Amino acid sequence: MTLIETILSVGFVAQALRVTVPYALAALGGTLAERAGVVSLALEGMLLFGAFTATLGSALGGPALGALCGIVGGLLVAAVYELIVVRWRADQVVCAIAINLLVLGLTRTLLVLVWGSASSSPRVPGLGSTGTWAFVAAAAVLALALSELVRRTPWGLRLRAAGERPDALASLGVDVERVRWGAVLASGALAGLGGAWLALDVGGFSDAMSSGRGYIALAAVVSGKWRPLGATAACLLFGVAGALELNLQAEATSLPRELVQMLPYVVTLIAVSSVARGARAPSALGQPLG
Amino acid sequence: MSWDRGDSGASASSSHGGAWTALYVTLVALLVALLAASLLVIAFDESPARVFALVVAHTLGEPYGAGQALFRATTLVFTGLSVALAHRAGLFNVGAEGQLVAGSFACAALGAALPAGTPAVLALPAVLLAAAAAGGAVGAIPGVLRARFGAHEVITTIMLNFVVSGAVLFVARTWLFAPETIHTRAVVPGATIPALGLGGSAVSWAAVLALACALGVTWLLTRSRFGFELRAVGQNPDAARAGGVNVGRMTVIAMAAAGALAGLAGSGTVLGYKHYFEKGLGADAGFTGIAVALLARGNPLAVLPAALLFALLAEGGLAAGARVPREIVDVMLAVIVIVLAVAAAETRRVRASAGDGA
Repeated sequence: MTLIETILSVGFVAQALRVTVPYALAALGGTLAERAGVVSLALEGMLLFGAFTATLGSALGGPALGALCGIVGGLLVAAVYELIVVRWRADQVVCAIAINLLVLGLTRTLLVLVWGSASSSPRVPGLGSTGTWAFVAAAAVLALALSELVRRTPWGLRLRAAGERPDALASLGVDVERVRWGAVLASGALAGLGGAWLALDVGGFSDAMSSGRGYIALAAVVSGKWRPLGATAACLLFGVAGALELNLQAEATSLPRELVQMLPYVVTLIAVSSVARGARAPSALGQPLG
Repeated sequence: MSWDRGDSGASASSSHGGAWTALYVTLVALLVALLAASLLVIAFDESPARVFALVVAHTLGEPYGAGQALFRATTLVFTGLSVALAHRAGLFNVGAEGQLVAGSFACAALGAALPAGTPAVLALPAVLLAAAAAGGAVGAIPGVLRARFGAHEVITTIMLNFVVSGAVLFVARTWLFAPETIHTRAVVPGATIPALGLGGSAVSWAAVLALACALGVTWLLTRSRFGFELRAVGQNPDAARAGGVNVGRMTVIAMAAAGALAGLAGSGTVLGYKHYFEKGLGADAGFTGIAVALLARGNPLAVLPAALLFALLAEGGLAAGARVPREIVDVMLAVIVIVLAVAAAETRRVRASAGDGA
């Protein structure tokens, strides 16, 4: 089967959709937080911690509990991040990177503590095909719903105002800090669910398993011009690149492994460079409240 | 301390804001980090006091441990300087890791390819130049992407870390790794940096090179026209542009210079210790470099003690590794960075309200 035939097959499309899920969930969360004015570099840590707690949950009570625990894990990281950057107004980029390092170190430590291994957890119940498609459907529904919410509801208006003109929003008597809290918590829940997918898709946790997906998801937010549907579309592009990577790894052994693994990162670099000029970030992005 | 353009003036002035405040904040950060680490150590059913005693005995109590800490500090001085220099231009270099890998690989490859009898006066400058050039090239890419396409350097440098590691491994595995190993052939004797011989540890004269670079960057930033323009771009790009500075060009040059510094970061390991490039070299040095630069508040001279502190922590983590996972050190590092960032925000706010009252 040639590469073109592979790409046009149903199996490839299904695979691309599956690869897209964690990117899309994280990017949707990232879109919300960034529209509210909070930098979303901490998505990486939310994904990773979500994957860890989801594995714990699935080991205790099956994949459904795992998904729920993934959300809780993402929420926990989001709450810590918020406390630091929204409440205490610390530098968002620096603290997001630190949070990611914190989660990386913490999950490694907990991996040893809980399962006595430095590299991976034992196998836990994963998603069946029903669960898999439930995730894909959930991501699609969430993308549409959040797009409508951001564009057409009062809540969406407040969200956008918090990211564009927080001072004006505050002068209307709206608690901007609370709007940002809500947006970041939502991003934590969504990224945590994305992390749960990572763990439940392969049936276990392994060290640093988010491998930059949170950063790629943020690149999708930028490439999608801070719109839920745009970000999802960018994630689909990364999903196709990811599925291509998997296929190339499985089939064409003549292509070097290292170069094939670079594919998603190269696509991200190109995507974020080609649209960055035309896109305008929320005006107050990254600025702490006065 | 903020990494956003147009706001770095606050952090620049805070470096004059009193060494006592800086020391106090650092001590508080260390205490909070120790507290977090203690909780994790207790979770492993170990006594924090005993683990910390082990750490202190290993790093400060014997020449070998101290030498190993200096060896680690060498790398961190370079990556810390790299992040600090970019920061003064208003840029956040998260790509020191990829730049380090490119530089290490370049000097190892060139060092192994030189004729066996090349004298040190030729070989050493050549390999160091190769390291700086390779790191600089990798650093220039996000600079160009930022200047020409407006792509944010935080995303592009992180992506480049993955890309560079993959590309270097591919080239190395295909053509340069010694058969059946995951490292390159050894560099020629002329291209090696002699060890300092501290208790048989890995620290070499590269540590002195790092010291010289810190002094050089200080001079560059405070005494040269280039440094003045670079800081102008970092503090207010619009004003710099109005003043005749080519902001795009300065962005590329600053990132290339930051990349060159990070490219030299592997010199202590490759030329002074292992004498070859191997898979996974310098894995966490990029991120720790961010912590170093933050603790040093972007001041190149303050990078020296900051790098030493984090090197002691990392080396101590290794000693504690017998009882608890050494990744607890990563948690400590992250906690220190967060406490410092919160303190910086607090200082800024106190100052702002003091300014309102005046």
